Amino acid sequence: MSAAPTECLLRLYDEHHELEDYQKGVTRWCPGCGDNAILTAVQRLCRTENLDPVKTVFVSGIGCSSRLPHYMNTYGFHGIHGRALPIAEGVKMSRPELTVFVNMGDGDCCSIGAAHWVHAIRYNMDLTVMLHDNQIYGLTKKQASPTSPIGLKSNTTPKGAYLEALNPLTVSLGVTNVSFVAQVVDWIPEVLYDVLHAAFLHKGLSFVRILQRCPEWLPNMLDPWVQDPTRVKLLYHEDGIKVSPSVAKVYTTTEEHDPSNMNRAREIASEVDPVPVGILYRNDDVPCYEDLRRDPTLRTPQFVKGGLEAEFDKFTIWPEGEEH
Amino acid sequence: MPASASPSTQKRKKSAKTNGQLDAKKKVVQLKEHIVEIISDSGEGAQRCGQSLGAIAARMGYGIWTIEIIPAEIKPPARSVAGASGNRIRIGSKYVTNGGDETDLVIAFNEQVLLGRVRAKELKQGATILLEDMWRDHKDPAVSKSYIETYDRLVESGYKVYEIPMERECHKLLSDPRRGKNMFALGILCSIYSLDLEIAKSQIALTFGKKAASVIETNVKLLEAGFSWAEENLEFKYEIPVKRPTEPYIVVNGNTAIALGVLASGMDICAMYPITPATSASHYLSDAFAKVGGIVHQAEDEIAACAFAIGASYAGKCSVTITSGPGYSLKQEGIGLAVMTEIPLVVVNVQRGGPSTGQPTKVEQGDLMCTIFGSHGDAPKVVIAPATIEDCFYTMITARKIAEMFRMVVVILSDANLATSQQPFPRPQFLETWLAPPPDQSAIPEGSKPYDWDPVTGLSRRHIPGQPGGMHTLTGIAHDSNSHVAYDPDINEQGLKARSMKLAAVQKTLKPPPVFGATQGDLLIVGWGSTKGAIEEAVESLREEGHKVSSLNLTFIQPMPSGIKEILSGFKQVMTIENTYSDKLEYDLIDEENRRYAPLALLMRSRFLVDIDCYTESQGQPIKPSTIRRVALEKLQEK
Repeated sequence: MSAAPTECLLRLYDEHHELEDYQKGVTRWCPGCGDNAILTAVQRLCRTENLDPVKTVFVSGIGCSSRLPHYMNTYGFHGIHGRALPIAEGVKMSRPELTVFVNMGDGDCCSIGAAHWVHAIRYNMDLTVMLHDNQIYGLTKKQASPTSPIGLKSNTTPKGAYLEALNPLTVSLGVTNVSFVAQVVDWIPEVLYDVLHAAFLHKGLSFVRILQRCPEWLPNMLDPWVQDPTRVKLLYHEDGIKVSPSVAKVYTTTEEHDPSNMNRAREIASEVDPVPVGILYRNDDVPCYEDLRRDPTLRTPQFVKGGLEAEFDKFTIWPEGEEH
Repeated sequence: MPASASPSTQKRKKSAKTNGQLDAKKKVVQLKEHIVEIISDSGEGAQRCGQSLGAIAARMGYGIWTIEIIPAEIKPPARSVAGASGNRIRIGSKYVTNGGDETDLVIAFNEQVLLGRVRAKELKQGATILLEDMWRDHKDPAVSKSYIETYDRLVESGYKVYEIPMERECHKLLSDPRRGKNMFALGILCSIYSLDLEIAKSQIALTFGKKAASVIETNVKLLEAGFSWAEENLEFKYEIPVKRPTEPYIVVNGNTAIALGVLASGMDICAMYPITPATSASHYLSDAFAKVGGIVHQAEDEIAACAFAIGASYAGKCSVTITSGPGYSLKQEGIGLAVMTEIPLVVVNVQRGGPSTGQPTKVEQGDLMCTIFGSHGDAPKVVIAPATIEDCFYTMITARKIAEMFRMVVVILSDANLATSQQPFPRPQFLETWLAPPPDQSAIPEGSKPYDWDPVTGLSRRHIPGQPGGMHTLTGIAHDSNSHVAYDPDINEQGLKARSMKLAAVQKTLKPPPVFGATQGDLLIVGWGSTKGAIEEAVESLREEGHKVSSLNLTFIQPMPSGIKEILSGFKQVMTIENTYSDKLEYDLIDEENRRYAPLALLMRSRFLVDIDCYTESQGQPIKPSTIRRVALEKLQEK
């Protein structure tokens, strides 16, 4: 180590960030909206990891969930409905050194952007992806979403939703190259934070489905699970998340689940009641698309010129005597 | 050569000489230019033969314009009328600016693919046809009957048909002549056009460079055999005078030129989804990026490709997405986002026939309106239409610069004509200023906002992730200068104005386009994009005959440069010629009030308040100079 200790300290001091460094503005979500819990957990995560706000980007789609970047004092890109993932992939490919988060709603991810969701999992770029799943379209005022439970009455399904809900966990686990799938609920902040933290630390695309309450359109829908802790099943493991004593006291339904066990993960993914919470699957060995594609060459003008001239040569007709 | 010698019908006017010796020395006919086609079933190598012929001619200094003849299917059934695959090469003493009129001479590997070309009216009246004769005695009587009937009909219609024993001759050198006939045909053409056989041989070495020496040797033998056969058996021979080139040229098609332009522009991410006829640009880039640095990302769909490019551009490096009409339709929402968030983006639309799936491999200029006005709301963007293969290259460099300098979307409107045509242009001299600088990572000055719109130009400085002090959230929602969501009526209008003023600022940098011909006269023909060469050729010939006709080609269509109104005022009549659809006044239901004009005519009528007529053609092929001549002469008589 050549740097003097004082210099190191100075650097640490310079780069240290408080929670406030990541906060921006006052949220305009409805009181009691689960998005607030997610925002708090994310800001806490940024502070814990001391992320440089200048090199952090939050990309979102459209909907209540996608307002999140506006409340982060980092770089943000509030995109268009369904396209958060391909935008985030472009950012990551162009600038792999940036930390990129993605926030989407259930309409965003599982409906209009479903193709991107499937392929994003397959690309496995190093992104932390949050699915804010409140099982309803909020901003457009209560239409059934793909994750709405069958029978749910909404403005587009006045007699109740016709189809069984799409399960984002089983879909994600079915995609080639899946490397991290987790589920959390907005009403257990500690576990929400722990899972998001693990997702962030995972190298690859970490997909976190967050069951989120919508106090405006579905005020009581998740109450049975919120009010009865036994209907939440905590997944814990040495290689997953560990449950703190205070959480363990309340949430007594648990399962020790090894996140490398894909078969069991798929079984758990299909469970609805009790609702599984924790890391379902993790595989650190799946290559990231940006690493497969990244070109380590420094593109100096001289390098580009050399390559370009060689390409020109392929198509050049030289005058006689000048042939190269 | 018994088969070609056996006169199965009295109608055969001409045939290849059969005694192996020509009676007297052949007379060499001098030509200014010629259009030649080589067509076969798909997979028989006519395309390679044609490409090689074009390259040989170009290396000798001829002006050339080559056009690929591509069937819509990968492997259409053998001997089918719709299955013609090959190449059409216009060779001229002078610089050739377009594909020209009908074909003068064709080599066909079977009579069915030839029929397809005849029915498409691609052959000149009385054109010379060299027809593979192996079908005459084919063991399937249906095949031989079809051949003989077609042969007779062609002769009857006045074509000069020569039956040539390619299969038999090649059999002397090869066990499977199907895999070498094309080089034999090339040899025939080298003899017919008095091309330099040494250059032809070195071209074969280049073409097959990656293969074994024995492959090159066999192909050279076939070339020589074809050459000797033609020297000995054909009664005609041409020569097109040429000056050997004095400077290096590159010969590529428009798609490759666009891809080379991407490399030269410093853009290093191309996001795309496969679509005809744009994809070959990305094929080439996928290979070339490995040497110059950069990646082609094949996205899951067109929407994702556009969004990926936007994300990459947002992160600091301007990116490009390359597509064709149907893909362009899908990209419109992404383009609107880039316009709203002022992210630089280059989009290439290699137009094909539309609407919907339309004619994927055919030529059309039908996307002008959806490009300029596409995406909902007011979404101003720059639209540039390259007119030549050379333009395709340099336009990409310009596009990247405009996109970054003005924080705008720049759309390049190429088309299937440019995409697959080859035309030599002077080898570009590399300039460091072509390249993009690395993303700016300097600190943002205090007080600077992400949309510090200049009240006059609408321009503002971009904040790129990684720049200290520049943190903000871009949004496609109406926003104020701080990028905060704002529904305030004045702020909305302010943003709209700023984005529109940027277009005006671009416009102020443009020079008036040059008029081809005199600046005053009876008729001005206006075109855009790839029709330039054909229009100018027609105008030149009309001017030589004393007609007061000039033409104007617009490269920048949005914004349109200043000075055009003044140009229009110099002419008694103005009309556009466009490769798309418009209503013609002779249609029963059409009158002055309900006529749907061609896009450029409509744009110019509204902008300049001048009564501009239009002629359009949407037959899936470039408009021919002879058609433009006829239309112009008719228009001149109207006055």
